[in-house]
Amino acid sequence: MKGLVDPATVSTEMAQVLRPDGTIVPDHGLDLDLKEDDHKELYRVMILTRLVDRESTNLQRQGELGVYTPSLGQEASQIGVGYNLQPQDWVFPSYRELGIAMLRKINPADILHLFRGTWHGGLYDYRAVRFAPYSVPIATQTLHAVGFATGAKFDGENLVALTCFGDGGTSEGDFHEAMNFAGVWKAPVVFLCQNNGYAISVPLAKQTAAPTLHVRALGYGMPGYRVDGNDVLACYAIGKLAFAHARSGKGPTFIEAMTYRRGPHSTADDPTRYRSDEELKEWEARDPVARYEVYLESEGILTEAFKQQCADEGKQAASALRASIVGAGPLEPTLMFDHVYDEMPPTLARERAKFVRDREGE
Amino acid sequence: MATHTMAQALNEALRYCMKDNDRVIVMGEDVGRAGGVFRITDRLQQEFGEQRVIDTPLAESGIVGTAIGLAIYGFRPVCEMQFDGFTYPAFEQITSHLAKYRSRTMSKIQLPVVIRIPYGGGIGAVEHHSESIEAYFTHTAGLRIVTPSTPSDAFTLLVQSIECPDPVIFLEPKRRYWIKEDFDLPVASPLPFGKARVVREGTDCTIVSYGPSMRTVEDAAREAANDDVSCEVIDLRTLVPFDYETVMESVKKTGRAVVVTEAPLTGSFAGEVAARIQEEAFLSLQAPVLRVGGYDIPYPPAKVEDMYLPDLDRVLDVVDAVLNY
Repeated sequence: MKGLVDPATVSTEMAQVLRPDGTIVPDHGLDLDLKEDDHKELYRVMILTRLVDRESTNLQRQGELGVYTPSLGQEASQIGVGYNLQPQDWVFPSYRELGIAMLRKINPADILHLFRGTWHGGLYDYRAVRFAPYSVPIATQTLHAVGFATGAKFDGENLVALTCFGDGGTSEGDFHEAMNFAGVWKAPVVFLCQNNGYAISVPLAKQTAAPTLHVRALGYGMPGYRVDGNDVLACYAIGKLAFAHARSGKGPTFIEAMTYRRGPHSTADDPTRYRSDEELKEWEARDPVARYEVYLESEGILTEAFKQQCADEGKQAASALRASIVGAGPLEPTLMFDHVYDEMPPTLARERAKFVRDREGE
Repeated sequence: MATHTMAQALNEALRYCMKDNDRVIVMGEDVGRAGGVFRITDRLQQEFGEQRVIDTPLAESGIVGTAIGLAIYGFRPVCEMQFDGFTYPAFEQITSHLAKYRSRTMSKIQLPVVIRIPYGGGIGAVEHHSESIEAYFTHTAGLRIVTPSTPSDAFTLLVQSIECPDPVIFLEPKRRYWIKEDFDLPVASPLPFGKARVVREGTDCTIVSYGPSMRTVEDAAREAANDDVSCEVIDLRTLVPFDYETVMESVKKTGRAVVVTEAPLTGSFAGEVAARIQEEAFLSLQAPVLRVGGYDIPYPPAKVEDMYLPDLDRVLDVVDAVLNY
């Protein structure tokens, strides 16, 4: 019928290269230009992420972090798409982006200081690694990515901003405003939505009546992709299309990566209250690392020696993380006064002076 | 010497900064071709192009959020919120990010963003167009809150705000957009950013105010002088930083203080001024610090706003009250 847009006609299929059993989907139609070294690097970062993520959860359980937001199960979405980042690109993450942080070679302890309560933005040089501080208010960072990318476009700099958020984030107004601004401004942004099934406890069906999330892209005049988020190769290939689209001046792309958060939303959450063991087991069977291992072994890329090397590197990174975090003391408390303004207002300067006097008097 | 309205002075300040620094960009609803609903950005798009004067989609959080991204990249965005009451959708971006990004990143990322907002009542507008929103922002650390009361100060303070490395909420008293003043641009020997101005010297009572209420306060001081009451009048100019030294010095001299605002008094910045005076100048006071303000009601319909806004008589009554305490 003329004038009708019918959600029932939207395809819910997703792009896939690797099946959960590690075999290749014939005629997947995606461009995979990965060399053996690329495969090894993808695998290495996935293992590193998984082991550092596990250690981070352990550190929280042992009281060394106030809270932690595990990435377990989402490694392929983050690392597959993120592998398309070039050095000049920027990342505007949510608070569950360890895989991309590992790609950017950020010392995980520097991020985890956020969760330890050392400093809100963690302790690293955001501009050097081109990775904005973790953003806690949901989907707010998507607008920063659009503004940043638009600035780069104004300057004629070939740069893409990747911004990450979850399925719940797509309900926030800022997400819609970001998609709309990006569409209008043709901003070189890749919107990576990791649809992990739940916004804390609320399943996607209670979040939206749309048949998929990737269909939202249409309303903002940009391409949208739906991809198996536990298939690192498909995530890489779809990410490649999105990054190429942005780099060629065509503007933003939305990616819905279908994945699953196997851990809790955060360590303060108890997922047994809202999801079943059966469901968790189903997703364990679709593990992104296991299927990639099967594929890499079948291709002769993954040797026992390299596997061991990656596992060792992950263990060392976990130990180094533990060594940096355990017992790390608070920073000099006057710092909390010193970074609020470029020039401290006189009222604040007096509060700081009193604070110093009071502490000296203790 | 040329005559400028406050609206023209603001327009000239934007032009001055855009010429001075090509990283300064203007963004907001209708700021381009239309020149803004109050014409503050008049002709800027024609002069500087669509990339530096951006007609954004109609979404205030989007405007501030993308301005933050542009500032992280290296631009100095000056955003316009069309009216005070339409700032609220941007509240989260302002309070959770704009105000906190420097602190969160230990000054590694600073956000030189100015958010211009026409605020306050007195123009016979419909609902949502007459709000006094300053206290929402003075309560948020990390922001500077600026509000001029004269055309020359509008120029000076907007230039200083745009040059400031910290985010600034720049509150424009919209009922004073059309007041006139003779001066040459750029303003010669401007007051430093953060300094209050003693507009009128006096000995009997200090009246502290800012922005839209200043005219009323100055009229009241003149009227009081006819009855041999000498009022010292202070225009705060910036609420954050708050120039308490100028205020305390005056109150210690006069021994009496009245704070005037058109905002509802509960939780108002006038309360902050009164509290600080009593903390720091208590022994100089010969009467309690009193406030004149709007009422604790939603801003009323235009037909009764004259009865809501503090006028000459309400200010004079309170001056009388502190003098005859």
